[in-house]
Amino acid sequence: MSRHRIEMTINSRPHAGDVEARVSLSDFLRDDAGYTGVHIGCEHGVCGACTVIVDGKAVRSCLMLAVQADGAQVTTAEGLAAPDGTLHPVQQVMLDEHALQCGFCTPGVVMTLAALTNDDKKPSEAQLLAALSGHICRCTGYQGIRRAAKKLAGAAGGKS
Amino acid sequence: MSAVPATAPEIVPEPDPDTGAGRYIGKRVRRKEDPRLLTGRGQFVDDIVVPGMMHVAFARSAIARGTILSINTVGAREVPGVHAVYTQKDLARFKVDMMNFFFVLPEVEITPLANGRVAHVGEPVALVIADSRHIAEDGASLVEVEYAEEDPVVTIADARRGPPVHPGTENNIAAQMGEEAIDESLDAQLKRAPHLITHKVVHQRISQSPMETRGIVATRDGTEELTLYITCQSPHVVARWTSLALGLPQTAIRVIAKDVGGAFGLKNHPWKEEVAVILAALEFGRPLKWIEDRYENLIAANQAREAEMVLKVAFDANGKLIASHGDYSCNNGAYPQLVDCNIAVQMFLWAAYKMPVYGFLARGWYTNTVGLAAYRGPWAMESLIRETALDVAARRIGIDPIEIRRRNLVTLKDQPTTSCMGIPLEDITPAECLDKLLENFDIAAFRQNQKAARKKGRYLGLGIAAYVEPTGAAGSIVTMTGELAQVHIEPTGKVTATMSTHSQGHGTATTMAQIIADRLGVAYEDVTVFEGDSSRGGFSPGAAGSRQGVIAGGAAIMAGDLLAAKVKQLAGHLQGARPEDIRIEDGMVHVEGAPEKSRSLRSIAEIAYGEPDRLPPGFEAGLEAQYRYQPPPMTLTSAANACVVEVDAETGFVKILRWISSEDCGTAINPAVVEGQIAGGLAQAIGMVLLEEMAFDARGNPTAATFKDYLLPAISDIPDFEFVHAGTPSKSVGGMRGVGEGGAIIGPPTLVNAIADALAPFGEVPVNLPLTPAKLLSVIEGRTIAGAGSAKLTGERA
Repeated sequence: MSRHRIEMTINSRPHAGDVEARVSLSDFLRDDAGYTGVHIGCEHGVCGACTVIVDGKAVRSCLMLAVQADGAQVTTAEGLAAPDGTLHPVQQVMLDEHALQCGFCTPGVVMTLAALTNDDKKPSEAQLLAALSGHICRCTGYQGIRRAAKKLAGAAGGKS
Repeated sequence: MSAVPATAPEIVPEPDPDTGAGRYIGKRVRRKEDPRLLTGRGQFVDDIVVPGMMHVAFARSAIARGTILSINTVGAREVPGVHAVYTQKDLARFKVDMMNFFFVLPEVEITPLANGRVAHVGEPVALVIADSRHIAEDGASLVEVEYAEEDPVVTIADARRGPPVHPGTENNIAAQMGEEAIDESLDAQLKRAPHLITHKVVHQRISQSPMETRGIVATRDGTEELTLYITCQSPHVVARWTSLALGLPQTAIRVIAKDVGGAFGLKNHPWKEEVAVILAALEFGRPLKWIEDRYENLIAANQAREAEMVLKVAFDANGKLIASHGDYSCNNGAYPQLVDCNIAVQMFLWAAYKMPVYGFLARGWYTNTVGLAAYRGPWAMESLIRETALDVAARRIGIDPIEIRRRNLVTLKDQPTTSCMGIPLEDITPAECLDKLLENFDIAAFRQNQKAARKKGRYLGLGIAAYVEPTGAAGSIVTMTGELAQVHIEPTGKVTATMSTHSQGHGTATTMAQIIADRLGVAYEDVTVFEGDSSRGGFSPGAAGSRQGVIAGGAAIMAGDLLAAKVKQLAGHLQGARPEDIRIEDGMVHVEGAPEKSRSLRSIAEIAYGEPDRLPPGFEAGLEAQYRYQPPPMTLTSAANACVVEVDAETGFVKILRWISSEDCGTAINPAVVEGQIAGGLAQAIGMVLLEEMAFDARGNPTAATFKDYLLPAISDIPDFEFVHAGTPSKSVGGMRGVGEGGAIIGPPTLVNAIADALAPFGEVPVNLPLTPAKLLSVIEGRTIAGAGSAKLTGERA
């Protein structure tokens, strides 16, 4: 198994690693970089729990190899809130709307909503709900997640 | 509507102008758990890293039944980075009692790893220890096992006639209760009734599918101390179970589970893999981590629900119930966590209805499939078969489905009474929940729309269901105890509470803090609740049987009141006032009529802890109280639900247009948490009725091994739920009733009834879950599709 030297920016901090070619980005972020907010729910791209933002786009980190993210800007749930602890607008809306229970799928949901609303993008409610259909939540019956999406639709998001 | 009842038993927290109590109970307070979970700072089991930790992967059986002829681990051991490969022989020196949730030993042999035979596909055969999970899996793939394969017993039908799954047993009956032959007088009543309905339900097998799979980190500390990080429903149960199973003193075992990514009955106690990892950690002497992957979870984690039942129901000419008989069978698989014929199905089948007499036969069957475990509302078949049978009867007799329920439901006026199976009923409200439901739904308007739509070839349906559910059970089963609250006003004036509860998303750190803040007169922000560690608090089964809000809520009230009384005694002593003239509000301690004497709770606490000379005679230093609340044996929750669907006659697809839940959970500590529990259960119900199916082929191979085959409901499958709360206080302290499981129990019949109503012009819809488009098309097109009506239906996913 070949090993590769990679460098990426994770949550605004540089991170270098030496990884086997087969290591997924999700495993790299969790095990090498220590961002355990990246949750692994299925490892086959269905549940969405491992979603992170890579170069501005929501990505299932279980379906991307770490070597493919060499040189990328990566944001995980740990990197969304402001340095003073102020929650990202998506996190705040999710909190206000009781959009989570066990919290395992939550970081993935947050990252998808953040990717779609960051940089003052104003997606429609339908666009947000369509994107959320790629996230499985076994606890909430999606009621709070849908309320959060409705609040975020057309609203200015945070900065990426 | 007010979630806090106006009339209440003596200790129900009502808004109190003097103490400020009631400021938080009944409010949609933001959850304390959420900020850490939203920012990726939760602590799930795979987030735990221990120095020296190694990783485990399992080699699993590829066949459903057979004898192991040989296991060759040489190839696995030669992989660089693999440190050990264990089979059952290597772990046999540990005599492990693989007990059930009630700490009772199984009647058949269950070992952590396969002991000479395998009994289902996915059974763990060998365990590989390596530097990383990748390497452990490399090793596991090289474990060579030679089997003498046998024909497996897969379905309940197979089990009835097939050879015993477990050597040395006479047949495949794992558990049986009731009468094998129907009672003669009951039979006669059924036969001479004006209307007799014979109704069959086939329920598919369900994978609980928590988003966090099973997992454990086991570390041996010293000669007999163990620390376990495990995703579970109660660290106290895991500690007690492991202590009993391994014969270790419980104090030597510490179990930690801070955040758990859902459980739903799967994670009640350790099972084969977790136990194998614990033993391997003891044997190998290094901390070991095993995190189940989704493939393992779908094929090898215990599953739930697979059952079939035939219910006979006799009615008089007016649609009133006369008598009933049920014949129930469920698939226990090979290694059930609880050998079960599910007696609760029989006990609660007619509990909410005026049914004079009921007889039954209930059996659980061993098969060569992965074993049975709990799943949210394990006895839910009772509501599914009863409520769907009532709709069939209503159509047959020609009366309205609401009317048939009104004629037979037990109302508040009928109580106290006792059900035909001996369940005492004092304050159930399914009929009242139905009335409240109908205040929010215009039946006549719907029927008009339905009629008009049918003329245009659109098929709308309305489903109604009602039920009662046992919650908050304590005192009849060894595991089901009361709950403990330990509350401290710290010397800082802030409040900490250690609870015996455990949350897998239930929000107990929030709801318990709401209660304690109200009872003590402090700010919600100043209360922190700790749980999730067996070294704190005391025993409780945690999340099992919709019980924590009911019982731990009562404990929090009682402990909070004890502590408030202590503050009042001390403050009165210090201020020269009577305790009854002291009130605590927002962290300040006031003397009635003497505003100049107000002082902070912190200053009182500092004296309580640090200045023993200033305490009243006999006053125990500190400001701490604890209470273990033993509730009534059982608290019943009632509900009625309605949903409206449209079934596309061209495609067989079901679209849910509206869903109303009308439930009576008594005092709602936090309506957002209550509604979250109900909504989650309803979503799982929709999955069970329309999507989810864990099936097996004839060789016992699971046909769903990914979330591409095991279809979980997505946001696009779940409608907005509307909630109506009744708020009849229970007899439990605080007046709460459990809501954890209800949605998963009442949801399936509500949806099935709606689909059956929509397709009534085409004939009855066989209740053979899931109701896939192909099955519904077979009703619409009046043809029998291959396999429809068989529990082994596979390969017809939409």
